[in-house]
Amino acid sequence: MKGIMRGKCFKFGDNIDTDMIIPVKYCNTYDMAELGKHCMAGYEENFAKNISTGDFLVAGSNFGCGSSRENAPLAIKGCGIQAVIASSFARIFLRNAINVGLLIFESEEASQKISEGDQLEIIKEKGLIRNLTRVETYSSSPLPEFITTIIEEGGLVGYVRKKLKGKQEDCLS
Amino acid sequence: MGMTISEKILAKKSGQETVKPGDFVMCKLDLVMATDVTAPLAIKVFHRMGAEKPFDSGRIIFINDHFVPAKDIKSAELSQEMRDFAKKHHLRYYYEVGRGGICHALMPEEGLILPGMILIGADSHTCTAGALGAFATGVGSTDLAAGMALGETWFKVPESIKIVFHGKKPDYISGKDMILTVIGELGVEGAMYMALEFSGDAVRSLPMADRFSICNMAIEAGAKTGIIEPDEITLRYLGLESASEVQSGSERRKLPFLKSDNDARYARTLTFKVDRMEPLVAYPFLPSNVAKASNFKDIRLDQVFIGSCTNGWLDDLRTAAAILKGKRIHEGVRLIITPSTARTFKEAVAEGLISIFLEAGAAVTTPTCGPCLGGHMGVLAKGEVCLATTNRNFKGRMGDLESKVYLSGTAVAAASAITGRITDPRELI
Repeated sequence: MKGIMRGKCFKFGDNIDTDMIIPVKYCNTYDMAELGKHCMAGYEENFAKNISTGDFLVAGSNFGCGSSRENAPLAIKGCGIQAVIASSFARIFLRNAINVGLLIFESEEASQKISEGDQLEIIKEKGLIRNLTRVETYSSSPLPEFITTIIEEGGLVGYVRKKLKGKQEDCLS
Repeated sequence: MGMTISEKILAKKSGQETVKPGDFVMCKLDLVMATDVTAPLAIKVFHRMGAEKPFDSGRIIFINDHFVPAKDIKSAELSQEMRDFAKKHHLRYYYEVGRGGICHALMPEEGLILPGMILIGADSHTCTAGALGAFATGVGSTDLAAGMALGETWFKVPESIKIVFHGKKPDYISGKDMILTVIGELGVEGAMYMALEFSGDAVRSLPMADRFSICNMAIEAGAKTGIIEPDEITLRYLGLESASEVQSGSERRKLPFLKSDNDARYARTLTFKVDRMEPLVAYPFLPSNVAKASNFKDIRLDQVFIGSCTNGWLDDLRTAAAILKGKRIHEGVRLIITPSTARTFKEAVAEGLISIFLEAGAAVTTPTCGPCLGGHMGVLAKGEVCLATTNRNFKGRMGDLESKVYLSGTAVAAASAITGRITDPRELI
């Protein structure tokens, strides 16, 4: 999926936890669209109503700390957010985001300089974040090669599919 | 250069002589665990991956604990999906309501966790199992599905932080106070992507309940896992005579008791003395907001909760009962006590602990994660304040966004239920 993504951003601070992203009362489903309706409801009950498809979340450090609930990246995707930019991500959230195909960018500089409502443009392949409002460009940390391989296989689902198929072929030969 | 216990387990399970922090390794998994909240999505993804059956029906553990007994129809359906899968694939370890409990307490109790194992669980507090010398970490449902299908998964070898506790622990200090000290020091992201290794003579002398409670909250400092080298106390807990022979279910295998080398590398080492440690409390909205319990005398409480995978162990119930015996809970407070497993509940009944709680005016519930995450059986209304022995006090964690949760060990919680405000248990002696 090549391309340049454009949208406006919502700015948050440090330690945005999974209870804020999707409170547990909405976690008795894994339907992405349904979860999307309640994205950030633990921060502000009707927050998702402000979000338009193509917007970005920008946050400080330790984004996604807390629960292992995959409902969290699903809720973010479900409400139409294209990507999350943070100075750092909590470990389980990072894995989950990669696995469900939610784009994430780690950039201390972007996290500090972007303000609420700024228009952003992201060149995905280069990990470049352009702030159209402030006319600034920030770079993000590249993902480790191992992770890129998984993403190239179509995420973890594609990776496992391929591996399972390989195993079946091994059995036949 | 030597290796830490975490590095040794990851090396062994990935079939390598050595590994170092930053390496990506593919490891064989000993156990894969999910709950009623996370298993249904894992099952869906498992099918999407083209998997037909689990890699090993004897290594997948499904536990009903979060929304059970089913709190609503949707939750009942989640359990149903998990139950159907377990039945279809003849999972050896499927735990139903009333015959199980909170996953992180149940797995060790059932003898499923053994030193040197590597396990993933679709719940962030899976790191609890590190108290038995296993490398255990929380993942999401997709990672879990991959684990169920392949029996292996990738790990980035974490750096380790060594946490050393020295000295003789006063009786009123628990593992919870010790881990709150660490999180207060490191902050909620201080150990991000790392392993916390707990050691020192004060840890060596701790019973398993405290060790579990310590490893349980490693994730609250951002860590991938918490781990304690196995020792005589570990062996005794597992009901084993020697380290060479261990039993899991009907299997007997040999697992070495791995220990960190003397020259192992640590990102940093933190040393704490426990001799004069004070009972602690974390105030809203982060577990790292730690201060002495005696500083919070004016905080009036609406609810006190004793339970969860952090502090619902039999030892916790004993601690609570010792304080509550012959006393009445403050009229303005609701005390909810949740034994972590069915077996713990039974033992608490046999020891007379439950009678003490009921006499004092507490509500005792069946084992469930419910109140800890604002799921059910203890949800807070707007403006309410709760002191809980749980692991998280995030905004809105236990209910309304304008409610507040303070965290503490069991002794502080029990004492506070009597006075109606946050109380250092030594005040009541």
